[in-house]
Amino acid sequence: MTARYTARHRTNVVATALALAATTVGLGWLALILGSLLWQGFSGLSLRVFTEMTPPPGSSGGLLNPIVGSLILTVLAVAIGTPVGILAGTYLAEYGRHDRLSSVVRFINDILLSAPSIVVGLFIYEIMVAPMGHFSGWAGGVALAMLVIPVVVRTTEDMLTLVPNALREAATSIGLPRSLTITRICYRAARAGMVTGVLLAVARISGETAPLLFTSLNNQFWSPNLNAPMASLPVVIFQFALSPYKDWQSLAWTGALIITLAVLALSITARALVPSGKQS
Amino acid sequence: MDPARRRSVVDVALQEAGVVSVEGAAARAKVLDRLRLGDAAFRQMTRAAAVGVLLLLSGVIVSLVAGSLPAFRTFGFGFLVSERWNPVTDNFGALPAIYGTVLTSAIAMLIAVPVGLMIAFFLTELCPPWLRRPIGIAIELLAGVPSIIYGIWGLFIFAPFLQGTLQPFLIGTLGHVPGIAALFSGPPYGIGMLTAGLILAIMVLPFVTSISRDVFEAVPPVLKEAAYGVGCTTWEVVRYVVLPYARVGVIGGVMLGLGRALGETMAVTFVIGNAHRISASLLAPGTTISATIANEFTEAVGDLYTSSLIALGLILFVITFIVLAVARYMLMRIERRIG
Repeated sequence: MTARYTARHRTNVVATALALAATTVGLGWLALILGSLLWQGFSGLSLRVFTEMTPPPGSSGGLLNPIVGSLILTVLAVAIGTPVGILAGTYLAEYGRHDRLSSVVRFINDILLSAPSIVVGLFIYEIMVAPMGHFSGWAGGVALAMLVIPVVVRTTEDMLTLVPNALREAATSIGLPRSLTITRICYRAARAGMVTGVLLAVARISGETAPLLFTSLNNQFWSPNLNAPMASLPVVIFQFALSPYKDWQSLAWTGALIITLAVLALSITARALVPSGKQS
Repeated sequence: MDPARRRSVVDVALQEAGVVSVEGAAARAKVLDRLRLGDAAFRQMTRAAAVGVLLLLSGVIVSLVAGSLPAFRTFGFGFLVSERWNPVTDNFGALPAIYGTVLTSAIAMLIAVPVGLMIAFFLTELCPPWLRRPIGIAIELLAGVPSIIYGIWGLFIFAPFLQGTLQPFLIGTLGHVPGIAALFSGPPYGIGMLTAGLILAIMVLPFVTSISRDVFEAVPPVLKEAAYGVGCTTWEVVRYVVLPYARVGVIGGVMLGLGRALGETMAVTFVIGNAHRISASLLAPGTTISATIANEFTEAVGDLYTSSLIALGLILFVITFIVLAVARYMLMRIERRIG
């Protein structure tokens, strides 16, 4: 009996130690990545990064055009994706909470949420780039919008579902039509959560590279023209990191740092917007 | 109908009482009509957007199938099992890319799942409460770090490190063990299948951890308390009460992570080596479906080359679709049980 007890105790100690080790190693590893990112990225960070264009190989320069390109593409994607996402999420939560269409859409949306983004790039290439005959900022924006939509649909639906029914009943009882109940009452009640959804979507797309590789491509020069290929931070990082030039590699690290800081800032803001009791 | 004549009982009543004039009633009916129209329009707009989401997915499938038709027409079923990839002679086969995709994801899950489960175990049972929230938040933030960051880190820091330490060690030790020697043969390149698998493991670790933790936390405390009450150790509670109860959810979470790993592009493209061959050695360079597309699509000349790459995309989409569908189904089951 004692031997058995000792064995059980030993197993428990070993398992506990393993769990501790796993946590230390897992978190340590991730900390290591962020640490080396900070180290490498900050060493190349200077004002020139934000004021100069991407340089030709062998000379120094900045990341102004890809930063601006990324901003334009993100704004475009949010402008296209958010309305569609909010409307679809509204249908799921308000009109068809239990109908067949909604359950299918919900399922498909979940699939789109984690579908490989490179496939989205291929799709947009097929329907936009190939017919238009050239790569363009429009195509990149639409590709990113396809990644925005599922995130916004999901959070909009979740947040609208949290709005108490009493609010809707009260609005209806004073004669407010349904559309106004939704836009004036429910949206207002769920606003923080819906903004969070958009912020999360922006965080998601700001580092996406794969769907941009063959939609907006890249551009060495200053070009805010949406009909032409457009530079973006992730694609420039990809190109520069794989190049043999030291200057380019160092710029790639700096770009990676900028993206990571932006994404972390966005996720933290999004988290702060939603009261901690609501999530989890 | 003339809006002035469409008066409700209320309007008539009010008018009888001398409160509202005929013009007032007409204006009121007009407003009501506009509201009714707006209501219907808004409803149809939301419905159209919901249908639009469906159309997006069907659009993806249709366009991929259409784009890959030339490749499948030329190579037939052989495309899936052929090992050749030669742009010069226009001869393509998907097997090396499929093999690389499956192998790197398998390595990733082999590492990420046990580690992720152990971290979830730590977070739910062992961790002091004040530490629980910070660690949980850190893990969720890390799940949002873009994959290109993992890729660039893998290329510049992790691969050279592996080349200098782990890989020579593996070749020196496991490389001489009969049976598995072939897995660890060849020179230490730094980049290759094993490196890509390890990077993927780090990348999916936050996903697996946060979902497992959520599922573990959903286990009713009564069950755990009962187990502790009859004298179980912490490990026994987790192993025999929490894990069986949370099994479906954990499998769903793992499948979700697997879906990410299979479709992941940037973290892999940097460190896989882009070699279209199937090597026995884990240390050798290879390729995955997504890495092939990312590396070659813009440089592909000729319809057959492009079409073959799109066909690869279709294969990837089908694989991930199945994996994600199963994951969602499993997670839906556990949600129903909790809710």
